[in-house]
Amino acid sequence: MTATTTRTSRDARTSREPLLQVRDLSVTFRRSGEEPFHAVSGVSFDVQPGQTVGLVGESGCGKSVTSLAIMGLLPKRGNTVTGEAVFEGTDLLKLSPKQMRDRRGRDVAMIFQDPLSSLNPVVPIGRQVTEVMERHQGLSRKEAEPKARELLDKVGIPDPSRRLKEYPHQLSGGMRQRALIAMALACAPRLLIADEPTTALDVTIQAQILTLLKDLVQDSDTALIMITHDLGVVAGLCDEVNVLYGGRIVERADRHDLFARPRHPYTHGLLASIPRLDSARGERLNPVPGSVADNLPWDHACAFAPRCSNAVEACRTTQPELERIEGGVETPRLLRCHNPISEEA
Amino acid sequence: MVGVMLLLSLLLFVWLRSLPGGPASAICGDRCNPAKLAQIKKTLGLDDPVIVQYLNFLKRAVTGDFGVSTGVQPGRSSMEIFVERLPATIELGVLAMIIAVAAGIPLGYLAARRRGGILDGLTLTSSLLGVAIPVFFTAFVLKYFFAVDWHLFPISGRQGDIEATRVTNFFVLDGLLTREWDAAWDALRHLILPAVTLATIPFSFVFRITRAAVLDVLDEDYVRTAEAKGLSSKVITRRHVLRNAMLPVVTIIGLQMGALLGGAILTETVFGFPGLGDALARAFTGRDYSMLQLLILMAAATYVVVNLLVDITYAYIDPRVRTR
Repeated sequence: MTATTTRTSRDARTSREPLLQVRDLSVTFRRSGEEPFHAVSGVSFDVQPGQTVGLVGESGCGKSVTSLAIMGLLPKRGNTVTGEAVFEGTDLLKLSPKQMRDRRGRDVAMIFQDPLSSLNPVVPIGRQVTEVMERHQGLSRKEAEPKARELLDKVGIPDPSRRLKEYPHQLSGGMRQRALIAMALACAPRLLIADEPTTALDVTIQAQILTLLKDLVQDSDTALIMITHDLGVVAGLCDEVNVLYGGRIVERADRHDLFARPRHPYTHGLLASIPRLDSARGERLNPVPGSVADNLPWDHACAFAPRCSNAVEACRTTQPELERIEGGVETPRLLRCHNPISEEA
Repeated sequence: MVGVMLLLSLLLFVWLRSLPGGPASAICGDRCNPAKLAQIKKTLGLDDPVIVQYLNFLKRAVTGDFGVSTGVQPGRSSMEIFVERLPATIELGVLAMIIAVAAGIPLGYLAARRRGGILDGLTLTSSLLGVAIPVFFTAFVLKYFFAVDWHLFPISGRQGDIEATRVTNFFVLDGLLTREWDAAWDALRHLILPAVTLATIPFSFVFRITRAAVLDVLDEDYVRTAEAKGLSSKVITRRHVLRNAMLPVVTIIGLQMGALLGGAILTETVFGFPGLGDALARAFTGRDYSMLQLLILMAAATYVVVNLLVDITYAYIDPRVRTR
C-alpha cells in the first residue's frame, strides 16, 4: 500500500466522515414489451472507513444490483440508476464512464461469486494481477511482477512464483478466489465489495476465505461491503447488517442485535431457517414459506406480506416506512414493518 | 494422416474411372474409331485392370510422378503444371484470406459491440449476400464495373505486358525481391479483383463467427471482472474479449482455407487467372485423369495440413488445450 492512501483513510476516519454514502439508490430495468422492474428502490446506507457492512437477502432481493450500480457496472442500455453514491465527496453515479474507469480497481474494487468464470481462462494469473497495477499505478509489467508475487503470498497462495505463470484452470477453487482477492487488493482500494465470495466454494474453503478477507481488511483498514445470503458469513464478519427484501432495506442493525433480537419477520424467518445441530432428529426445518415471485408491489403494501406469518390488514394496504426503532448500541436500528416481532420473543 | 491420404487416393481413383468417358475418348475427339481408341488406351495403360492401374499409380505417385497431363497441357508432366501454377493460387488464396480476416474480425467485433445498430444490420446483410450470391456472379459484376467499365483494374491474367524477372513464381514477391516495384504493383493489381471475389465467402463466415463469439464473451464473468478492475477498453478488448473470442474464429479460418480452392475454380475461370482452380476446371472438362488425381489429392492434403495448423494455433491461444 502506498503512503498516501493510508493517510487519506486515516484522515477520513478521524473526521468521522463516512467513506461511502449511498442515498436513495434506485435501479429500474426497462425491457421492451415488459413493465419496468424496480430491482432496487430507495436504498440508503453508509459505510465508515474500515467498517464491514453486510447486505443480506435471498436471490433477487437486489443486493448484487446495488453493488453493480455503485461500481457503475450495470449495462447502460435498459437500466436507469437514480440516487447518489458519494465516495469521499464524489458522487460515483455522476462520474463519466472514463472517470469511473479510473476509480474502479483503484479506489473501489470488487470480487465476485464464481472464481472460475470470473478469471480469464487464457491469461496467466500473474498477468491478471499485474494489469491492475499497470493501469492504476503506472508501473511497467516488470515492476509490477514482484509486487504481484508479494500479493499472492499475502493472500496465502503457496509457491507464488510458479503460480504467477499458471492459468486459472490449473488452480483449485480456493486458490482462484484468493487470486481474485489479490487482484482486488492490488491497488489498496479503500472500499472492497465482495459479492457472495464464498458461495461457489467448499465449506472448508469458505471459512478460510472469510478469515483471509477479515484479516486483510483489518490489516489494511479497508472498508468492506459483504453481499451474501448466508447469515453465517454475516455473523463472522459484518459490523452492521442491512437486510434487503424486494429491492428495499427492511431491517438494519448491529450484527449482535440482529442475531439476538431480529424484529422483522423476514429476518426472523431467515434466522429460523438455518438448520441447527442441537435440534432434535427428525424435527422439521423452518423455511420461509413462498418465494420472491409472490411479492406484492411495494407502492401500496408490504412486499413480504403474502409470505409473512405476522401479516395484519395494514400490510396489504399501506406501504411500511423504514423507521428508527428502540435499541441498537453502536448502529441505530431501522425497521420497515407494520407488525414487527416483539422484542421478548 | 498418411492413412487418410491413401484411402482417399483409392476412392478417387475408382470414382474417376467409374465416370463415363475418359481421357482416351477425350483425346480421340469427335472423329474417333474403335481401333484408334484402343490404341490410345493401350499407350495410356488404361486397358489394364483398375487395381493394376492403381498400384502403378501409387508406385509412381510416391516418387512425385503423377503422370502426363492429357487435357490441361497435353504432354507435360502433371506435377510440372502443378508446381508452375501453385504460386498463383497461393497468392490469390492468401490475399483473399487476408482481406476476409482483416475485414471480418474488426467488423464482427464492432457489430457485436453495437448489436442492433446500423452497422450491425448493414454488415449482417452484406455477409448474408456474401454467402448467398454465387461467386461467379460476384466475379462478373466486379469485372464488368471495375475492369471493363472503369478501367481501374486489369481484366484478366496474372501480369500485364511488363518486364519482370521470375524468381519464385510468386509474382508479387518476385517484384519485391528483384526491386522491380512496377512489376510487383502490376501483379498486385491483377490479384485484387479475383481476391476480393474469392474473399466474399470466407469473409461472411469470419464475420458471423466473430460477431457471435464476441457476443458470447461480452457476457462472460471475466469481462465484468476486467471492467471492475477499471482496465482501459483497449486492454479489455484485446486481452480479455478478442483473445477468447478468437478460438472459434481460428477454426473457421482453417476450414475456409481448405474451401478456398472450390471458390478459386470459378474465380480463376472468370478472371482468366492461370492458377490451380483454372487447371482443375480444365482437367474436368478434358477428363484429364492424372491432373485430376494430383489436384484433388493436393487439395485434400491442404485440408489435413490446415487442420493440423488450426490445432497448433488452438494450443497457442488456449492454455487449457495445451495441458490436456
